[in-house]
Amino acid sequence: MIPALIALGIILVLAFIFIGFYNSLVRLRNQVKNAWSQIDVQLKRRHDLIPNLIETAKGYMKHERETLEGITQARSRAMSSEGIGETAKAEGALSGAMSKFFLVVENYPDLKANENFLALQEELTSTENKIAFSRQGYNDQVLFFNNKIEMFPSNVVANMFNFTQSEFFEIEDQAEKAVPKVSF
Amino acid sequence: MWELIRANRRKSIILFFVMGLCLAVLGGAIGMFVDSFYASRTYSDFHNLTHESARSAPAGPSYAVYIGIAIALGLWMFQSIIAYFFGSKILLSASGATEVTHDVHPQLFNIVEEMKIAANLPVMPKVYIIPQAAPNAFATGIKPENCAIAVTAGLLSKLNRDELQGVIAHEMSHIINRDVLFMTFSGIMLGSIVLISQVFLRGMLYSGGGHGRRYGGGDSKGGGGWAILIITIVIAILVPILAHLLYYAISRKREYLADASAVRLTRYPEGLASALEVISNSHEELPTANKVTAPMYISNPLAGGKQNLSSLSSTHPPILKRIGILRAMSQGADFKTYQNAYARFTTKNKDLIPESSLAESVAVPLRQGTSAGRPAASRKQSTRDMGDLMRAVNQFAFLGCACGLKMKIPPDFKKPSVKCPRCGKINDLPHTELAAIAAMGAEGAFGPQTSQAPAKPTIKEKTPYYRRQGNDWESFKCVCGNLVQLSPAFSGSQVQCSKCNRKILIKGAK
Repeated sequence: MIPALIALGIILVLAFIFIGFYNSLVRLRNQVKNAWSQIDVQLKRRHDLIPNLIETAKGYMKHERETLEGITQARSRAMSSEGIGETAKAEGALSGAMSKFFLVVENYPDLKANENFLALQEELTSTENKIAFSRQGYNDQVLFFNNKIEMFPSNVVANMFNFTQSEFFEIEDQAEKAVPKVSF
Repeated sequence: MWELIRANRRKSIILFFVMGLCLAVLGGAIGMFVDSFYASRTYSDFHNLTHESARSAPAGPSYAVYIGIAIALGLWMFQSIIAYFFGSKILLSASGATEVTHDVHPQLFNIVEEMKIAANLPVMPKVYIIPQAAPNAFATGIKPENCAIAVTAGLLSKLNRDELQGVIAHEMSHIINRDVLFMTFSGIMLGSIVLISQVFLRGMLYSGGGHGRRYGGGDSKGGGGWAILIITIVIAILVPILAHLLYYAISRKREYLADASAVRLTRYPEGLASALEVISNSHEELPTANKVTAPMYISNPLAGGKQNLSSLSSTHPPILKRIGILRAMSQGADFKTYQNAYARFTTKNKDLIPESSLAESVAVPLRQGTSAGRPAASRKQSTRDMGDLMRAVNQFAFLGCACGLKMKIPPDFKKPSVKCPRCGKINDLPHTELAAIAAMGAEGAFGPQTSQAPAKPTIKEKTPYYRRQGNDWESFKCVCGNLVQLSPAFSGSQVQCSKCNRKILIKGAK
């Protein structure tokens, strides 16, 4: 009788620990999802803003067809990309095209004086920043989640229920990589 | 970040008790004095009293001490309760701040939102603009859930995007580090201490002192009265000074901490550094700030040009030192780098950030600035921008004439059209045009009585229209308040408002 009770107790405790691990893994996975949706909102917003920007710039930048087309292509590629790794790559390319565009804009004072354009530029800059800041939060969450999946003892539960590691969102950020050139 | 908040809270509680003790000592001393004074006076004035009552007098002081303490703490509690519920509102209205929407200053709103994401704040703070020329900013809100950030119009016109981001990050750090909570309550405690000691000292000066001298002369009991009087006066003078110094020391330290956290949020120390530089170069004082609200601002609003004097009684650290520390952060944007930079600029007491939060902080890489240099706006232009901003805050409407002049229409302007002062062209006011239609529509639906309230127009019957002035860039306000722009190339017959999706007919120029 008593050994049976002890065994039952041990099984119950193990079951509770098991449930605890499972729930914390689910919670973490949802947090990663939530953090991703924060980025996704901003990425979508950027995709929505770009056609307006190009429409406004077109009239002024007749000789920059290549730059504008580059942005349009990068945008459609980014919109059709699936999976976090691919998205990150496509969005990085789009960021690159945008920063190239804003460099070229410096040569068009009329465009820079256009209120509509300035408003769009501000929105795009802000969206870019928001992507950067929410990316940081997302990557922190992913690191935490992936660690939980790999480490003992939660990895036992994770393997049993097929929790897969999430991907980091690593954009090849031109602004971050570029080392300021100093010439004397 | 969390470790820092916890350490902050721990220190706050200690300081809180020390200040509470000051308050209690002050209240107790005054209670003791008042009691001894009245007891002596009763004794000397009514000599025919029985010995019994005279003998019961020594039991009195202990009571009075407790009553004094109770009154002092009660006063503080009463003020704290008011501050908890109405503090933000009082502070904001005292500074003359007006809450603004995204349309008034999109950049400010965007930056606040960016910092909200970076700081992981649960809700978007309310954004206020103070229509003043002095560049400054402050944050308020006991809890991060109902916080607000207020900036002056002068700040917005003088700073570029990165600098503004630095300032907003600094204010956001005050919120997430719970500095607002702490500064509000200890500020009130300080206020109570000062109030009580002032009331007492002035009372002594004008009335109590006279009585004291009269009875103190002949009576043998007067000796004790004198001693208590002197002790009480000394306490009443010393305690407020002590409380002030304590308060200011903490206030200065929290400014450094907020700088460190701000850099961690933006990962761009130069933004905040050059913002502080701009602020220190301006010599305007903020007339709506006072001694109590001063620690809330990013730089001392009362110092004017003398922001670099360091003393025990300043609420903010010398601004040049803050800039120097920020500029020395070339390794990264984490707390450790700030701590090292801070140690380089300080001779004694080198530890600023608690060890525990240094240990948890990971290396945060620096970032490059987005806005290259200051917008090449002349001084005249920036003054003009600031004027426009202040008018936008006060709900002025703007109307561009075909000659290029921008007319500012005050909100109480009633006439349907306005004559351009430069070229003499009569321009229809778009908003009155739309409001008139709105009023008409409302009249048709609800009868003539409802037309008395044109403030909230509802359009049902008629589509609003806008008559073009010419062929240039034009903008007008939709009924919902959104600004709709028309390009020179626009040739359609209607546009859709991007905010409320209302269709607006566009009619050609007359």
